[in-house]
Amino acid sequence: MPEQAHEITLVVNGTVRRAEVPGRRLLSDCLRHDLGLTGTHVGCEHGVCGCCTVLLDGEPVRSCLTFAVTVDGREITTVEGLADGDRMSPVQRAFAECHGLQCGFCTPGFLCTVTALLRENPAPTEEEVLEGVSGNLCRCTGYQNILKAVHRAAEIMAEES
Amino acid sequence: MTTRLFGEPVQRREDPRLLTGRGRYLDDLGPDALAAAFVRSPHAHALIRDIDVSAALDVDGLVAIYTWEDLPDRLAEPLPLLIPHPALTHGRTAHPLARERVRHVGEPVVMVVARDRYLAEDACALIRVDYELLKPVVGVEEAAQSAQPVHDDVPGNVGAHLVQEVPSADGRGAREVIEGAPHTLAFRLDVERSASMPLEGRGVYARWDADDASLRVYSSTQTSTSVRMAVAAKLGLPLPKVEVIAPDVGGGFGVKIVHPWPEEVLVPWAAMLLGREVKWAEDRREHFVSSAHERAQVQFVRVGFDDEGRVLGLEVNILHDHGAYTPYGIIVPIITSTQLPGPYRLGSYRVEFSSIYTNTVQVTPYRGAGRPQAVFCMERTMDRIAAHLGLDRTAVRAANFIQPGEFPYDQGLIFQDGRPLIYDSGDYPESLRMLKELIGWDSFPGLKAEAAREGRRLGIGIGCYVEGTGVGPYEGGHVQVTSDGRVHVSTGLTSQGQGHETAFAQIAATELGVPLDRVSVVTGDTRRFGYAVGTFASRAAVMSGNAIALACRKVREKALRIAADALEADPRDLEITDGVVHVTGTPAAAVPLATVAVLANPLRYAFDAEAARATQFAGASSFDRPPVQEGQEPGLEGRDYYSPIRSTFASGMHAAIVETDPLTAEIRILRYAVVHDCGNLINPMIVEGQIHGGVAQGVGGALYERMVYDGHGQLLNASFMDFLMPYATEVPHVETAHLQTPSPLNPLGIKGAGEAGVIPVSAVIAAAVEDAEGIPIDRMPISPSDLFGLRGAS
Repeated sequence: MPEQAHEITLVVNGTVRRAEVPGRRLLSDCLRHDLGLTGTHVGCEHGVCGCCTVLLDGEPVRSCLTFAVTVDGREITTVEGLADGDRMSPVQRAFAECHGLQCGFCTPGFLCTVTALLRENPAPTEEEVLEGVSGNLCRCTGYQNILKAVHRAAEIMAEES
Repeated sequence: MTTRLFGEPVQRREDPRLLTGRGRYLDDLGPDALAAAFVRSPHAHALIRDIDVSAALDVDGLVAIYTWEDLPDRLAEPLPLLIPHPALTHGRTAHPLARERVRHVGEPVVMVVARDRYLAEDACALIRVDYELLKPVVGVEEAAQSAQPVHDDVPGNVGAHLVQEVPSADGRGAREVIEGAPHTLAFRLDVERSASMPLEGRGVYARWDADDASLRVYSSTQTSTSVRMAVAAKLGLPLPKVEVIAPDVGGGFGVKIVHPWPEEVLVPWAAMLLGREVKWAEDRREHFVSSAHERAQVQFVRVGFDDEGRVLGLEVNILHDHGAYTPYGIIVPIITSTQLPGPYRLGSYRVEFSSIYTNTVQVTPYRGAGRPQAVFCMERTMDRIAAHLGLDRTAVRAANFIQPGEFPYDQGLIFQDGRPLIYDSGDYPESLRMLKELIGWDSFPGLKAEAAREGRRLGIGIGCYVEGTGVGPYEGGHVQVTSDGRVHVSTGLTSQGQGHETAFAQIAATELGVPLDRVSVVTGDTRRFGYAVGTFASRAAVMSGNAIALACRKVREKALRIAADALEADPRDLEITDGVVHVTGTPAAAVPLATVAVLANPLRYAFDAEAARATQFAGASSFDRPPVQEGQEPGLEGRDYYSPIRSTFASGMHAAIVETDPLTAEIRILRYAVVHDCGNLINPMIVEGQIHGGVAQGVGGALYERMVYDGHGQLLNASFMDFLMPYATEVPHVETAHLQTPSPLNPLGIKGAGEAGVIPVSAVIAAAVEDAEGIPIDRMPISPSDLFGLRGAS
């Protein structure tokens, strides 16, 4: 028997999107496969690695631990929505400048996490940055350049504000 | 304007797409593809009595279910044993789907194809497999002594046994030398299992074009060219009808060099059979139980040495846990046994390994590929010698170093490429001097004593390694300059985050004298370059980097010849700057490379203004010779290959200062220093990034990561909740210094850098903890509870 589908409306990166999804559809799968926004990655499917982090009404959440139907009507920002048109956001530019990514698979999760972090705290200390990214796994960089990139992003944001 | 970009910390060209969500990883492709999922064995060792799929047949969206009995011809045979070796007398590989027997938890038994992954997994859950349980064989020592075989025709579970012996200068074997040495020590070391664990798992997506009878396969692999050949062979397709592309790959670290995975042949086969696109993306639990692990070894060491700590004889006997199958041969234990001597001149050396089957996930290379175990063994030995003699640990190492004047240095062993293990260059004393300065080795005792007065325990450790990089047999490069002045570079090997698009573009831009933004690089796409080996063994920059440089030199030579004709100059007087060929010292006498590309391809038809300049009525050509001269080809392009006589040997030394908590036994790394020598640097930013990432994986292996199997062969920690990969909070800041000893073996003078960071970390941390605690550390990883237990036992 086919599963019952639910119609949901999400505001993704400022655009109203509709999807018909079964109740068990994960938000990560909905974004990736129903809406074609494949920038959000899935690294563990159990909420540990942080690759799937998106912003839900501005707050970072694990989209692999969120059912799509539970966020009907809410606003979501994915990595595709961080740039301002063709101009990458300060966080994105800082990651490029500081070599804060290698394979790039965990990167969208870090970018969303850091975007929220710096919005809350535009001038974080070393400890606050470490704490802020300590829920995301990266297997390539050893984190050193990610930490550097967060501080650099804060600098860029301060310069440009 | 300078176009010398080799050696500059150029920002990566990959980054804009990866930072904006425009990367294309395997599961981002094929939005309309059917999904495959697998029923995998829940038992470590069992016979399959029956498979009942009836309950699954009513699942909505189900398309097909396959078991081993459905597989045709060559697909029903065991998967290839990729790297045979005479010592691997009992190599065994798995069938794509289990045939009658399963040998580890996670082995694929049934493939289901359905409309989406949710539905495919629904069907998997309803398939009943009736198993008859067999006694599982777990643990390498247990397996070596077990009466229960993992494979019935492999007595004693020994897949391979290999001895290499390098006698002393006077012809005595290591055993004899050790017997007669002034000092001898014997001890045992243990290294646990870990795994590559890229954040993107494996994945395969296949499209069959029935009209064209051709197959396109995307795989998250470290070798698209070899996957292509394996898929063509397994599916009985002509090679030109198969193309394989590695899209953006979310990390590899070794595990994705294994091929063809069961899924890599089954998914394309299903796509052909069904006439539909089919995709499989591995989930994290699947990656834990059905890809590959590495590292586990037990080592029995005997060493004889003199009063200065010089090693007169070293004997190492290794039990290597190979898991259930040996698809990648015995590369890992060969590397352990041959890289064990490191930067040292050993008086004599005997190494013996037995590669043992167990009912666990197969063991294939993970970044470092046997070297972390080798270095753990050698460096723990050096520390024990120092402790025995009461000498400084760096003095014992210095007493054993191969000296800069001794290169090329023949270790007398046969390396993983089947060739003599001869070090090409290095400067180990200088490396040690730099490291001691960087970490403050000589002032550490003061620091330690000061901390002790505050009740704190500090320790310092050091580890040295030599890494054979850039193994053959070859890689190639193709370079084409088109009439718009763009330079298109391709090479067959793949990328998994190493920044090849950037590093190879730097090489091409430097060699050709063009701006970096004119160069584009494609890797791992068999449509662009069909001959390649793959990305492993820290070989990509050495192999493809040099091949691309050589191809560029061909293009450059041709460009200069054509430009010389056009400018009526001597090619030897020409140079290329910023994409323009000009007479040295006379910038006005110039022709852009774009125009040279036009002139290189004589045309009949003019489709645009540029092309019109190359037609038969455009002048320029001589009636005395053909439009394309003998021995030449149209177009401004070149292809060349780099095939080294042997590997090039990078080296490095790490040191760490750790603090152990007197109460909780928590281990904290306070400082971590690296001196690294990979010859000439193409892009220091990228090299440093590779070191940082390697050290982080090393810290994981030293302090946190282990595969916990119970006696039933169940992997108890097959999730990121329980397998502890380091977060930012666990990885120290890495201080680096570079020594550049160019390799004399290749045109660019480079050595590999990809694996280096991970190699000595376990040895370094063990040494530092030992120094802090005064307790011998002989097994890794070491957790706070392990250390707490050791304190209790001492």
